[in-house]
Amino acid sequence: MSQAINMTDEIIEIEILRYRPEQDEKPFPQVFEIPYTPDLSILEALQYIKDHLDSTISFRWSCRMAICGSCGLMVNGAPKLGCKAFLRDYYPKKVKLEALANFPIERDLVVVMDDFIKKLEEVKAYLIPEVKNKPLSDGPYQQTPEQLEKYRQFSMCINCGLCYSACPQYALDNKFIGPAALTLLARYNRDGRDAGTAERMKIVNQEEGVWGCTFVGYCSVVCPKGVDPAAAIQLLKVESSKDYLIGMFKPE
Amino acid sequence: MNNKQIKNNEINNSSTKKYSRSHEPIFWGLFGAGGMLTAFFTPIMILITGLLIPLGIINADNLSYQKIYQFTGTWYGAAILFVLVALPLWHTLHRIFHSLHDLRIKRGRDWQQVLCYGFAFAVSVFVFTLLLQMLTL
Repeated sequence: MSQAINMTDEIIEIEILRYRPEQDEKPFPQVFEIPYTPDLSILEALQYIKDHLDSTISFRWSCRMAICGSCGLMVNGAPKLGCKAFLRDYYPKKVKLEALANFPIERDLVVVMDDFIKKLEEVKAYLIPEVKNKPLSDGPYQQTPEQLEKYRQFSMCINCGLCYSACPQYALDNKFIGPAALTLLARYNRDGRDAGTAERMKIVNQEEGVWGCTFVGYCSVVCPKGVDPAAAIQLLKVESSKDYLIGMFKPE
Repeated sequence: MNNKQIKNNEINNSSTKKYSRSHEPIFWGLFGAGGMLTAFFTPIMILITGLLIPLGIINADNLSYQKIYQFTGTWYGAAILFVLVALPLWHTLHRIFHSLHDLRIKRGRDWQQVLCYGFAFAVSVFVFTLLLQMLTL
């Protein structure tokens, strides 16, 4: 009963940066007023708008529980997952929603993520075993809990792209491979079953590899899964420095 | 080249791609060492020169010109002073070089590099020679 009163009483303003390429010359803000409840997520607010106020609004979503990584967007200028950010943390102030920064806008809150996907593909994010074509009858690769712990945190990435939106170096120069892809690279380099480190270090050692990072650390702040990409990159910088020293005495 | 070969080349494109190694590890190493020194020694220096000496807990004569001059004349004193001057200097100029990039000053990136690291190198050499001359063997 009290919730029903809430539904009619309290109103929150949601400002959305709209962009429909076939009719808008440039993005423009549009304000919607929706009934406020403390347990409403930003994603649910968007769904309310689409269902009741304006069906033309576009945004990506799937799982509603911070595991698919689809609903990344800027909430009052900070990269967030729509399903993991709640109106209660902004009410009674207006909430401003924009497409993820540092990516081209495809439509409304939907961005073109091609560059990020390309980078994920570049870093050889798969196990490269030492013995090729090991027969299945030899059984699985064994791993101790300690070996798992070495990379487990870095494998929690859901590819939402929030860290790319947060990264000022990626904003300045998108040749930089960037936080998530480098973290995924670290994840495979740190896996005991993998023998592809030498191949991947070539990617790491470049200017646009780890050396494009200046350790701002905002990627780790915005990461919704606690992956800590900044730490992964710092660890890779140490590895790259070792590789550099070895390379000085062992020319290829 | 038949179609299959072209396709194979496309797939192998990433492995045949030319990767160029950055020389950043040298400068990052000096940057890290300088930053570490600064972080550790600045609070100690503030404590000694800003609190302990004015409060009379440490006798000011311990840091007199003569004492420091004698310290500089020993090989270990010279080594400590060289490290304390040179490494934070490399740290500072590395940070300035990267800040110029952050401020979107894109023109003459090569020259920015030469000026920044060149300055750190020149002053390091200057301090090294100066300390060498002051050595009382």
